Amino acid sequence: MIIVLGLITAIMGVLLGYVYNVTKDPIAAVQKEKINKAIQEVVPGFDSLSESYRVAALNDPDSLTFFDCYKNGEWMGTAVETFDKNGFSGLIKIMVGFNTNGDIIKTATLKHSETPGLGEKMDNKKSDFSAQFSGKNPDTFKLTVKKDGGEVDAITAATISSRAYCRSLDRAYQAFKAQKGGVQ
Amino acid sequence: MNQWKNFTKGLIKENPILVLVLGTCPTLAVTTSAVNGLGMGLATTFVLVMSNIFISLLKNLISDNIRIPAYIVIIAAFVTIIDLVMQAYLPDIHESLGIFIPLIVVNCIVLGRAEAFANKNNVLSSTVDGLGMGLGFALALTVMGSIREILGSLSIFGYKFAEGDGILIFVLAPGAFIVFGFLMAIAQKLIKKK
Repeated sequence: MIIVLGLITAIMGVLLGYVYNVTKDPIAAVQKEKINKAIQEVVPGFDSLSESYRVAALNDPDSLTFFDCYKNGEWMGTAVETFDKNGFSGLIKIMVGFNTNGDIIKTATLKHSETPGLGEKMDNKKSDFSAQFSGKNPDTFKLTVKKDGGEVDAITAATISSRAYCRSLDRAYQAFKAQKGGVQ
Repeated sequence: MNQWKNFTKGLIKENPILVLVLGTCPTLAVTTSAVNGLGMGLATTFVLVMSNIFISLLKNLISDNIRIPAYIVIIAAFVTIIDLVMQAYLPDIHESLGIFIPLIVVNCIVLGRAEAFANKNNVLSSTVDGLGMGLGFALALTVMGSIREILGSLSIFGYKFAEGDGILIFVLAPGAFIVFGFLMAIAQKLIKKK
């Protein structure tokens, strides 16, 4: 009895190990590709990228990932991988690009589990909700939805998702400002 | 047993979702679009077929006392395999199905077929049974996903056929129950006719 169970477990273990080895590289490639594509989307036109580094978020124990983008050896902007844990269905992850003045270049959604047809519209492939942030500087453009006294047009029927989006952008900006010492 | 009958029973007469009403948690949760339903259905089909094959092969070795842990180990291994494979080659679908892929482990259909069919029948019958049940599951999920996507997002398989917003409730949980109820009624009608 024990031998049979042990044997089954061992066979399955070997099988799993094999599949894990085969799929390890494609999975890593897919994830890296996704991050790279997002960086290119939010900070277009760079020719080299710094190693990623982590910067502490101001009001959360987790940290954000920064990617500095250079063109001809000069710093031209930073892509920040930011997040908010209080989306309508939990964690959302967003990539946001800042230029050297701290203006938002563009934002892209990396990961979310928001309601299809509603909060899902935060994805820039699904609606132009995220386009309103482009070119805005969070110092002058208040990153809260209009309902809460800010300047952001929330997604219809998805205020909670919109708030989470704004919070994640604000978190990225605060960390960016702290890291880069304001504007250059 | 007639293999063709064995295969088709999973599609309508003993459809795991609409008639046996097993595995409804992922059914209600992932069928927000046709693609999700199909992806989930096919992933479950793979697990069902593979675990049915293994369990019917090993049915004489596994004594009754340890059959549940043995089945779970086998099922969990195949679920992890399909999870890794989808992550590597179908990252988009994997992302939208999220937690429901690993949760196939606790899907009653898989363990139910192992217990009710694979440990009593030979390898061929078990394979056919797994395939039929899996495709029945996939069919029900795809139909449900299509209806919800058409009514809720005005699109089908991601292709938008009309502008504007659909009937939002069909994308949300209550819509899942409504569609589920109607589909069950239709399935009953079809069975009664025969």
